[in-house]
Amino acid sequence: MNWENMVRPVDEYHAIEHGLTPEEFERLCGALGRAPNLVELGVVSVMWSEHCSYKSSRVHLRKLPSTGPRVLQGPGENAGVIDIGDGLAVAFKIESHNHPSYVEPYQGAATGVGGILRDVFTMGARPIAILDSLRFGSFDHPRTRYLVDGVVAGIGGYGNCVGVPTVGGETYFDAGYNANILVNAFTLGVLPANRIFRARAAGVGNPVMYVGSKTGRDGIHGASLLASAEFRGEAEEKRPTVQVGDPFTEKLLLEACLELMEEDVIVAIQDMGAAGLTSSSVEMAARGHTGIWLDLDQVPTRARGMTPYEILLSESQERMLLVARAGCEDRVRDIFAKWDLEAVVVGQVTDDGLFRASYAGREVACLPIALLTDEAPVYERPARPPSDLDVRQQLRLDRIPQPQDWNEVLLRLLDSPNLASKAWIYRQYDCLVRGNTVVGPGSDAAVLRIKGTDKGLVLSVDCNSRYCLQDPYVGAVIAVAEAARNVVCAGGEPIGVTDCLNFGSPEKPEVMWQFVEAIQGIRDACLALQLPVVSGNVSFYNETEGHSIPPTPTIAMVGLLQPVRAFTTQWFKSEGDVIALLGQTREELGASEYLAVIHGQVAGVPPWIDLAVERKVQEVCLRAIREGLLASAHDVSEGGLAVALAECCVTHPEAPLGAVVELPASMRIDALLFGESQSRIVVSLKRRNWPRLRDLAQQLGVPCAMLGEVRGRRLVVHPWIDLECATLREVWANALPRRMEMAESRGEDRTQ
Amino acid sequence: MRWGVVVFPGSNDDQDTLWAIEQVLGEPVVRLWHKDADLHGVDVVVLPGGFSYGDYLRCGAMARFSPIMDKVIEFAGRGGLVWGICNGFQVLCEAGLLPGALVRNRDRRFVCAMSYVRVEDNDTPFTRLCRRGEVLRIPIKHGEGCYVADATTLELLERNRQVLLRYVDANGRATSEANPNGSLDNIAGIVNESRNVFGLMPHPEHAVEKWMGSDDGLKFFQSVLAAQRNPGTTDRTAVAPGH
Repeated sequence: MNWENMVRPVDEYHAIEHGLTPEEFERLCGALGRAPNLVELGVVSVMWSEHCSYKSSRVHLRKLPSTGPRVLQGPGENAGVIDIGDGLAVAFKIESHNHPSYVEPYQGAATGVGGILRDVFTMGARPIAILDSLRFGSFDHPRTRYLVDGVVAGIGGYGNCVGVPTVGGETYFDAGYNANILVNAFTLGVLPANRIFRARAAGVGNPVMYVGSKTGRDGIHGASLLASAEFRGEAEEKRPTVQVGDPFTEKLLLEACLELMEEDVIVAIQDMGAAGLTSSSVEMAARGHTGIWLDLDQVPTRARGMTPYEILLSESQERMLLVARAGCEDRVRDIFAKWDLEAVVVGQVTDDGLFRASYAGREVACLPIALLTDEAPVYERPARPPSDLDVRQQLRLDRIPQPQDWNEVLLRLLDSPNLASKAWIYRQYDCLVRGNTVVGPGSDAAVLRIKGTDKGLVLSVDCNSRYCLQDPYVGAVIAVAEAARNVVCAGGEPIGVTDCLNFGSPEKPEVMWQFVEAIQGIRDACLALQLPVVSGNVSFYNETEGHSIPPTPTIAMVGLLQPVRAFTTQWFKSEGDVIALLGQTREELGASEYLAVIHGQVAGVPPWIDLAVERKVQEVCLRAIREGLLASAHDVSEGGLAVALAECCVTHPEAPLGAVVELPASMRIDALLFGESQSRIVVSLKRRNWPRLRDLAQQLGVPCAMLGEVRGRRLVVHPWIDLECATLREVWANALPRRMEMAESRGEDRTQ
Repeated sequence: MRWGVVVFPGSNDDQDTLWAIEQVLGEPVVRLWHKDADLHGVDVVVLPGGFSYGDYLRCGAMARFSPIMDKVIEFAGRGGLVWGICNGFQVLCEAGLLPGALVRNRDRRFVCAMSYVRVEDNDTPFTRLCRRGEVLRIPIKHGEGCYVADATTLELLERNRQVLLRYVDANGRATSEANPNGSLDNIAGIVNESRNVFGLMPHPEHAVEKWMGSDDGLKFFQSVLAAQRNPGTTDRTAVAPGH
């Protein structure tokens, strides 16, 4: 389209094409006192999109606790920041890149990593760790292997090249994600507590500078359209809306920005992420209560003849916008030139509260900043539980026959892709670069040291979406509790949360109900465990052809460990150590992996959880680790006690150690072995430490039972299970490679 | 002695190499910027791991043409010690300082894992504190670490005892299963004919602190130090510390 046509007023037809409702268009015209032109409509459509405006979630997100003595920056900036003492802080956030990764798995996942890295270094933090939370469809689905292969390669391709280690994560497979996978990427960075950079424009007349890659036609409307509407099975046609990543440029941008941040030249800085130049400039002005003017002729472009519409809405990657102190332009240019990057003045901070853009000497957009941000539509959408909830939550245990061969059950569970080793995935990620990785992928949580201190950071990401499907409130409570428990098992004290809320269409009352329940669950769990939610992301419209994904509120937990050398891992360490269980086992099998894998059922309610009990169990474990009592600690989660014990045996990086344990037959054997009762931790310790652990547990009223000891090369759970560790390990280790390699003999999957 | 670590745009493990030399070994070290045509009087040059220039063309292919590399080639020609780790090894092959090439891993995937390597020869400044046949635990992390060379080159490498490291299993056997990337003859590291240029795919700088997993990588750093202090021939009876 000739760009001059873009400055003519548009009508409702165009607005609906851009995803606005007729009411929203009316509201826009009313506020402007005129109809917008096409450029303005483009700007409004992205700023009012679900992705940028949080219009369906905003009223609910306010319920999450976001304050605390350690919080230096809560939600609303590029990332949250938490004080870790001695003048240091950590910035972190998790974000989704779901639709792009389904459409183009390699680039979708790669640019997801790139985006979250920029969110963190924008705050002035040096990124030191990436985690990924992934959800794929069932291996029966023809596209799953192709997606797994592409997403994993994309995450590795980007993170490895940028030089930030991927130290952990989680991966689940469920038919509910067959046509809508989830790719949630988390990054954490370290910064001086008194040098936080924010995205608040200030200083009328200060130059707005554009740094990084040139602007191309890639990803126009990418995030805003892809992430703000459901799919209708047109994945192939949407490939051009996925951005392309350039990790090398990102690395240069990262180094250049951090170098620039050591000087006093930056007033505000923001990543050009979703909705590119538009959202970065509008949001900086909104936070600073200023206006902003952009001269689009100055924007470096990759393609000839780009229209103002394209320049404003491009989502080309590896770009940042910053407000510099007037007079410091040359210093900015010099530092970027050292890293072979461009830095160009493209506008100015103004005091008129307007977003204005000029092109070819003519004003092409003039919109009030407030209208694009604080005054954007907000919806309190109707919510109601699904009508079949009661039926789905019913589970008649007396109709579940107990298997005969418990060895076989354990092996089948270890072969389940959800429980099996994820080494096939994480071996493709550099988990070591920057030399801080104390515990990498493959234990309950990752542990990183902070050089020059005796501090360590403990990271975990968690969500069981089957629990959330059966009861989103309890599922969300458990997601928070388990993420914290994982951190505690490594010796960390949980200090902060970031959440990635992946749901279906908010326009469906049943989905909205799941969302509201999950928020309430996160809120209650965070209040009980005294954890602030300092950043996060909402991803709605995870649907394809009318089917919503299982609700997936992913929780990433950050913990502090001091001294770092007190860290603990999940595997058994020495023959003769006592094995004990903290917490209580109940007869519950609802929503369990056992029920799904062995009986083919998703039914019942998630395990019972009492946050007061949870807190005490975590306290016993943490105190025991701090006193140096424990050799290992492992959270009991999917697959229950038997699977947890097997994991303690086989996850040792060198030589698996066996165990001989005895469990009192106080309930159904399947519930005893494979039930997923919450607030339980398997620990191992020297026999001489046992009395002290028992006393600690008793003091806090936490059940603590001696189960047996680390011994030999077999796992014996008397009298039901007796298997060679080598057999357990082989089944557990080969489950994913076996399924992925099946794809390689089927060429059609790779070319889809 | 003075160490120099080259920083290309896209170098990632430069930080870790600097840490190993400065903080763990306690030796002076300088960063050598790729645009700089001066080695600043260093005694040994390390080319670190990473993705120099993004490695979009072919690993190490661009870095080879940076201004600093002319000086490194000259330095190596005069007998100076040059050591390439991972991407640095790839750069040395591209620059013709080491024979052969590193291509995509056998299974076409990036691999990050702990690996075992066997020291095949200790008659070099880089391995003099190791025992022959000693097995070291050192991590690998690369997508293009499959060492290839023509038959004549391989034969020469063996005859001149230029193969310094081979991938093995925990018991020191060079099996196919222990080969993580398909390298010919399980080759993990080689030295040039003059024995002053060393390249390896494993990352010794990521194995310098025992409490973090392994300190076997320190032996290469300590060997270089020992060679500098006492340039005589290798003490074949030397037993490396830490074992």
